[in-house]
Amino acid sequence: MHNKSIIELAKGLRSKAFSSVELTQSFLNRIKKHEHLNCFITVIADAALESAKQADAGISSGAANLLTGIPLAHKDIFCTQGVLTSCGSKMLANFNAPYNATVVEQLNHAGAVTLGKLNMDEFAMGSSNETSYYGCVKNPWHTSSVPGGSSGGSAVAVAARLTACATGTDTGGSIRQPAAFCGITGLKPTYGRVSRYGMIAYASSLDQGGPMARSAEDAAVLLQAMAGFDSKDSTSVDRPVPDYLSGLSGAIKGLKIGLPKEFFGDGLNNEVASVIDRAVEEFKKLGAVVKDVSMPNLELAIPAYYVIAPAECSSNLSRFDGVRFGHRCENPRDLTDLFTRSRGEGFGKEVKRRILMGTYALSAGYFDAYYIKAQQIRRLISEDFNNVLKEVDCLMGPVAPTTAFGIGEKIGNPIEMYLSDIYTIAINLAGLPAMSVPAGFSDGKPVGLQIIGNYFTEDKLLNIAHQYQSVTDWHQRIPNGFE
Amino acid sequence: MILTAEEVKKIAYLARLGIEHQDIESYTQDLSNVLDLMQQMGKTGTEGVLPMAHPMDQVQRLRQDLVTESNGRQNFQAVAPLVEEGLYLVPKVIE
Repeated sequence: MHNKSIIELAKGLRSKAFSSVELTQSFLNRIKKHEHLNCFITVIADAALESAKQADAGISSGAANLLTGIPLAHKDIFCTQGVLTSCGSKMLANFNAPYNATVVEQLNHAGAVTLGKLNMDEFAMGSSNETSYYGCVKNPWHTSSVPGGSSGGSAVAVAARLTACATGTDTGGSIRQPAAFCGITGLKPTYGRVSRYGMIAYASSLDQGGPMARSAEDAAVLLQAMAGFDSKDSTSVDRPVPDYLSGLSGAIKGLKIGLPKEFFGDGLNNEVASVIDRAVEEFKKLGAVVKDVSMPNLELAIPAYYVIAPAECSSNLSRFDGVRFGHRCENPRDLTDLFTRSRGEGFGKEVKRRILMGTYALSAGYFDAYYIKAQQIRRLISEDFNNVLKEVDCLMGPVAPTTAFGIGEKIGNPIEMYLSDIYTIAINLAGLPAMSVPAGFSDGKPVGLQIIGNYFTEDKLLNIAHQYQSVTDWHQRIPNGFE
Repeated sequence: MILTAEEVKKIAYLARLGIEHQDIESYTQDLSNVLDLMQQMGKTGTEGVLPMAHPMDQVQRLRQDLVTESNGRQNFQAVAPLVEEGLYLVPKVIE
């Protein structure tokens, strides 16, 4: 059961080949069996079986859609009412959210069964899942390697078949890079496509939730339920949501693909480069036309991002003060001591680093030189994308410069860690949608192809990925021991 | 190094962020390295470029001035570390 696509599972549930309770129990058994991967922070077995029972009743009465009775899990950044929502931090290790995130509400409403909450880098700040208070998640392809981050738990749970699909969030590559490292399909939608209400904020002008799944088809089903306008999110975009599943039928003959030369320069691992080259060749066979393009300001994406994201983070995370929720220090002397010690004890090192960077960039005397400058560069990068996307239908390149690196390899060197997001960060600055699609292996570790599209072209991206997955089987490969 | 330990202590105070004394040096080093990376931005001229705060250049949506939320105090205070009779407790502010 655990290797079937969402559509196959939905068919099986309708034909009574198996019930949602049986399906849910089978995933719960697998979660238990593969506990050592450390991808779940919380498993809600009883609640899952209860909602599976309700889903079975709904399916019997004919009141069901594709996700009814399908087990899934949420990144622990999404608030789930009455269930621990830790955001991977000691700060929220006692936080049972008082309400549901809109994404959680939407998926509950669709009848999906929530198995539990998935491990992640603390407050989504990290590219390896090593900053989690709950420990690193292991990559099922190579257990001494990182799964990527920050949605590492989501990527591993999907890759190891511990859930049918999962939610993730992407601020600088946090859906795409772990999807690439774990050989699954991930989509970061256009900024504003998926509600951020109840999704714990890191950098609000960059954060976006999206689907993490085994195929473009599964991602389409999941995105269908997640996308849409939400009056509770002031940056949600009020625009109709297309039917993603029916959009998967279009031929891609004549599709114009741009290859940004900045994605293929120094720093890109040779083997990763040749996997990407072969994937592009496959698209040519499908009738696509390839064009070299250039985006000269792309090299400034990392410095601009590491001003803007920490600045927004230092502001967002000021709400954690030991008063209203989260960790509170023992016996505070006065108010300042309460704030300072609660925050000092509750946050991990990378979160502290980013709060400090952001506070510095926003402080008097440095605001123009760093924050305004970074926002100006952000516009130049965004204009670069707008210019090339006038000439081509989508852009392709690697998701990350290497495959999954070793646990412990980069955690001591923040700059080196930041550079692992070099191909994903610019997309968040521009607010564009982008996918990671399994495209092959290097040294037994998965490589992800990145496909970037224009604003609100998730339907086109999913179709491009689906056409590729119709002629390749990289997305169907399963890590050894998880068949 | 771009920053000094004293500056890092000052930033930490502005952020009300407790940092262990023995970690100050490593934060100073890390932050200096990141600031060094940020200096690259100086290479590109941005005079007259409008700062971009948001990918959609959106303005705030307006809504009718109507009550939409009900009182959820009990629900929200259930997750607070220390409350008494509906009030959040903090150390004494005024002597």
